[in-house]
Amino acid sequence: MSRKPYERAITSEWIFRHPRYVRYMVREFSCLFIGGWTLLMVWGLKQLSEGPAAWAAFLELLKSPASIAFHLLTLAFAAYHSVTWFNLTPKALPLQVGEEFVPDWVIAGAHYAGWAVLSSIILALAI
Amino acid sequence: MAKSNKPIVWGPFAAGGTLTAFLTPALVLLTLLAALGHAPDLLAYERLHALASHWFAKLVAAGIVFLSLWSAAHRLRITAYDLGVRADTLVATVLYAATLACTGAAIYYLLKI
Amino acid sequence: MRQVELEVLRYNPETDREPHFQRYSVDCQEEWVVLDALNHVKETLDPTLSYRWSCHMAVCGSCGMMVNGEPKLACKAFLRDYQGVIRVEPLRHFPVERDLVTVIDDFIAKLASVKPYLIPRDKAPQASEYRQTPAQLKRYKQFTLCINCMLCYAACPEYGLIPKYLGPAAIALAHRWNRDSRDGGRDARQEEIAATEGAWECSFVGACSEVCPEHVDPAGAIQQVKIESTVDWYQEHLMPWLKK
Repeated sequence: MSRKPYERAITSEWIFRHPRYVRYMVREFSCLFIGGWTLLMVWGLKQLSEGPAAWAAFLELLKSPASIAFHLLTLAFAAYHSVTWFNLTPKALPLQVGEEFVPDWVIAGAHYAGWAVLSSIILALAI
Repeated sequence: MAKSNKPIVWGPFAAGGTLTAFLTPALVLLTLLAALGHAPDLLAYERLHALASHWFAKLVAAGIVFLSLWSAAHRLRITAYDLGVRADTLVATVLYAATLACTGAAIYYLLKI
Repeated sequence: MRQVELEVLRYNPETDREPHFQRYSVDCQEEWVVLDALNHVKETLDPTLSYRWSCHMAVCGSCGMMVNGEPKLACKAFLRDYQGVIRVEPLRHFPVERDLVTVIDDFIAKLASVKPYLIPRDKAPQASEYRQTPAQLKRYKQFTLCINCMLCYAACPEYGLIPKYLGPAAIALAHRWNRDSRDGGRDARQEEIAATEGAWECSFVGACSEVCPEHVDPAGAIQQVKIESTVDWYQEHLMPWLKK
């Protein structure tokens, strides 16, 4: 009897094979928006360093429709990154207290609470 | 197989991912408000310039820029591979170099303030 | 009773150039699983159909296959959960030996490479047995539940893209021994699981843990390995005077 194992080809369509892979790709694509927004802020630092006129021009740039759309998308993707990150943290950092492990929802919940507090402080100080 | 040096790039990725998870949404909200014409007080030139003049603020800002860009670059590297781009070393070099360059630029502007 | 349409991948290495699908109409009991339907096909319709199975109760790990594109144990895939034609294929990311039988050599080799057995930390205990508190047991218990069914390898896109990747189960099992208080073999295992083809090829898709029939959570194990390995690396390189 002769063997002739068959190797099935791998294509990029694996992404669409199940919702979980699509969700993974969405999570990964958040990097484009978070990275892109950070680069926009680096541009803002440049404008800030060049004086009030340059900074005013930057604020005007922010008001463009493209910028508004980009900001809305970035906010959504950044929030998705936060949610996925906090939900996955208990898996990466299990905490054994005594015999039992601290439940996932406690660890994730603590992160969400910290996120809410920190965000509130930032917004309160800035606005 | 020998132990990998991946931790060099993964450490900052994990730190940056955590940082952006906690920080980025609130900051994006601030600039979104500015984009909608309701710029927060902090983004007024005098106030922001005063804050950014402080050495500690520059240090923190540089750190946030570096970690945010690095974790985005690392994720983009992985995503490129997931999408079938096989030249991982090239992609990694380009993305990490770009990150360092942009961080360098940010530090340059911060020092000018 | 219910009539079920099965679309099963067939491949005969002696006669076929590539696999093809074959349709079977099977009269099934309501409570049957896919494995029961396959057995019925083999017994009454087509004795040439080849597939692995053994315990029929989700403990041996033999009957892993793709059911409607999802990695499942055939003995744990209930017909009542499916409508229409049920597509049955060999476990993804492994070469097809024949019909639903895959070549699992790669997994076996990778499993062996992580030394998934006790490497005693100290000399043999004075009394005849090792002692372990409930807390010490609980620390690694979850990772002992792996039945080597390889569903996680079929689910993992990185294993599909990077054939050299050690894969979820192998790394989870290495981690199981590393967390066992009796064991002292972590340094040896780190050479494999902290290598590039080890935990570092994982991008935390998490599909492995989602499809695992025993709730081992290999994804969690791999992230824990990454974090431990990162701490090790920075310690070794930045503070080499620190004894581990």
